[in-house]
Amino acid sequence: MKTRRTLKGHGNKVLCMDWCKDKRRIVSSSQDGKVIVWDSFTTNKEHAVTMPCTWVMACAYAPSGCAIACGGLDNKCSVYPLTFDKNENMAAKKKSVAMHTNYLSACSFTNSDMQILTASGDGTCALWDVESGQLLQSFHGHGADVLCLDLAPSETGNTFVSGGCDKKAMVWDMRSGQCVQAFETHESDINSVRYYPSGDAFASGSDDATCRLYDLRADREVAIYSKESIIFGASSVDFSLSGRLLFAGYNDYTINVWDVLKGSRVSILFGHENRVSTLRVSPDGTAFCSGSWDHTLRVWA
Amino acid sequence: MAAGPAPHGGHPRAQRPHLSKMERMVVSMQDPDQGVKMRSQRLLVTVIPHAVTGNDVMEWLIQKYCITEEEALHLGTLLVRHGYLYPLRDPCHLELRLDETPYRFQTPYFWMSTLWPAAELDYAIYLAKKNIRKRGGLVDHEKEHYDQLHRKISHTWDLVVMQAREQLRAAKQRRKGDRLVIACQEQTYWLVNRPPPGVPSVLEQGPERGSCTAGRVQMTKTMDFYRWEVECLRKALGRARVKSSVCLEAYLKFSSRHEPHDPIMSGCLPSNPWVTDNDTYWAMNAPSVAVPTRLRVEQWAFSFRELLEDPVGRAHFMDFLRKEFSAENLSFWEACEELRHGGQGQVPALVDAVYQQFLAPGAARWVNIDSRTMERTLVGLGQPHRHVLDDAQLHIYMLMKKDSYPRFLKSDLYKDLLAEAVVPPETKRRVFPFMWKPRHSSPSPALLPASASGEPSGGDGEA
Repeated sequence: MKTRRTLKGHGNKVLCMDWCKDKRRIVSSSQDGKVIVWDSFTTNKEHAVTMPCTWVMACAYAPSGCAIACGGLDNKCSVYPLTFDKNENMAAKKKSVAMHTNYLSACSFTNSDMQILTASGDGTCALWDVESGQLLQSFHGHGADVLCLDLAPSETGNTFVSGGCDKKAMVWDMRSGQCVQAFETHESDINSVRYYPSGDAFASGSDDATCRLYDLRADREVAIYSKESIIFGASSVDFSLSGRLLFAGYNDYTINVWDVLKGSRVSILFGHENRVSTLRVSPDGTAFCSGSWDHTLRVWA
Repeated sequence: MAAGPAPHGGHPRAQRPHLSKMERMVVSMQDPDQGVKMRSQRLLVTVIPHAVTGNDVMEWLIQKYCITEEEALHLGTLLVRHGYLYPLRDPCHLELRLDETPYRFQTPYFWMSTLWPAAELDYAIYLAKKNIRKRGGLVDHEKEHYDQLHRKISHTWDLVVMQAREQLRAAKQRRKGDRLVIACQEQTYWLVNRPPPGVPSVLEQGPERGSCTAGRVQMTKTMDFYRWEVECLRKALGRARVKSSVCLEAYLKFSSRHEPHDPIMSGCLPSNPWVTDNDTYWAMNAPSVAVPTRLRVEQWAFSFRELLEDPVGRAHFMDFLRKEFSAENLSFWEACEELRHGGQGQVPALVDAVYQQFLAPGAARWVNIDSRTMERTLVGLGQPHRHVLDDAQLHIYMLMKKDSYPRFLKSDLYKDLLAEAVVPPETKRRVFPFMWKPRHSSPSPALLPASASGEPSGGDGEA
């Protein structure tokens, strides 16, 4: 595996990125408030917006590919419809959807463009109706900042997992707002959670330099991915399409690739010159993209 | 459950567990028996004991952690950049050189976990010392800092200069070797805490976590909180658990089944677009393509969910249901999805439409739901909300999954699809640069008109 594309254009630390369902476009956000939409295959920038706040820590692409959501230190999540009209200013059509009482750490559209799930430093997650900005459901239970969330790939449902500074990963029922399961084995903040493709388990990456796999039916941690030489925290994790590999970006500028079933490290990828802050596998699994504090994004395949 | 600020412990959060790990590593490196090979380093006329070379450090790391040279160099470099190791010859850049450059371990007094955050006053004294010792000894960014500090603490500047002179005087009374070492230690400390421009600071943390009590919604420990805790724990006790071994077998089965479909594990045909710059793979696997690939059609047999998630698969399944006169089931399910994930404002209208079309007695596309669920649903329709059709939807989903889906997989329709499916030939990467084709751009989903198909889609992009 090696870097196939390097996306340069952010003038500051890249904090978050997300893929579009078309498997090639991505949205990325950075510390200086810039949010950029790229066609990462051609490395062209297609849209750019400057948010009125710094540290835009969350961004997401809408399932239709027609809008993006982002937020950060402004405590809000805003939705921008993507327009190619040169006369239209993207910022003009901005819709403020979510309101929290502390920074926004993560956001994700549910199965459609019309609902957004957010996680915040105020310790809660919330589900919002995009059109009206109405709060549909809120999720209380974390004892500290919530740093990440991921929606379950389930046939019937309606659950998602969140991870926070209280070292807990909690699974929520979106309908009732109740916490269904909780896992607390990490020794430090959980920076990232991601479901295994079957939806029966999820992986988490933490500041304690380990990644762990939690099984929902066994109701416990079933694997831990760590090595003595890895001492910096894992900032983001994602599975390959089959779930056999786990890619994790770390604060020591590297990306480690783990064999999910064997628990061993397959390889280590160098290239970034500062901490890797975000990592996502593309929707069809042909590549993964990593964003870093070195101002760049890299697509690896 | 009352919201309010949580009582604070008062001590700062340990947001840097990596520092204590690095410190433990550095301590074990200095172990007299198991640590890095130490030697005495001759610098001009002085001899400095307990010095190590970059190569020694790397060797030790490779041996102790079973890692490659590249990783050992990376790890060693991080140790130097965080100030745990310093070069003895004029440290201006903190990097791990693999020549004969001698390094030493930083004294714990200057560790990042001990003396942090660096005090402005101490920096002023350090710069003043440097300035006094050698006129013009300050580099550009240091000069700027010096001037800034002079302005900021001008009222105590005499104290700064006095301290600086005192420290220099005390240093002169030490042996030359010690003087040199202390100077290097101090310089390294300040290189870490006040890096020159262009060098990324290892101290940067990102927005503070868990600090703002005012902005936080916290559950104070009232009776309600404990009642909720007890309820959660009771539910947890009652939950049926599956043995880990069974779960792990399930992962094995899932991953091996999906491995041929995983481009990173097994490659993809004709080629991975990112590797060969050829996007034929995407064209052949577009969401709505006339002839799907063989792998794609095979995947519909893995699970009902995967069939429905693929628009082509779902369309063929709908065709199959039409032949069986049960297409209303899938249409009903799709309508329910639209309700659950749609805009809040459309809920009443959608619920009404679904009722008229699928649930009302004598409806055009009446779905067969068991009487109990039907009763419950009809009652719920009095107060329509996003989840009012959940029970009915689940019932119909299970019906399709257990009944229609297995029949679909055995049907001639499916068998024909498998037979007609395409297996693209492999295209190797172009070796010769003059045959390089420019990468095709593709129209952004945001440019295309919204999907005008008859079926209510969940909003998945059709690029």
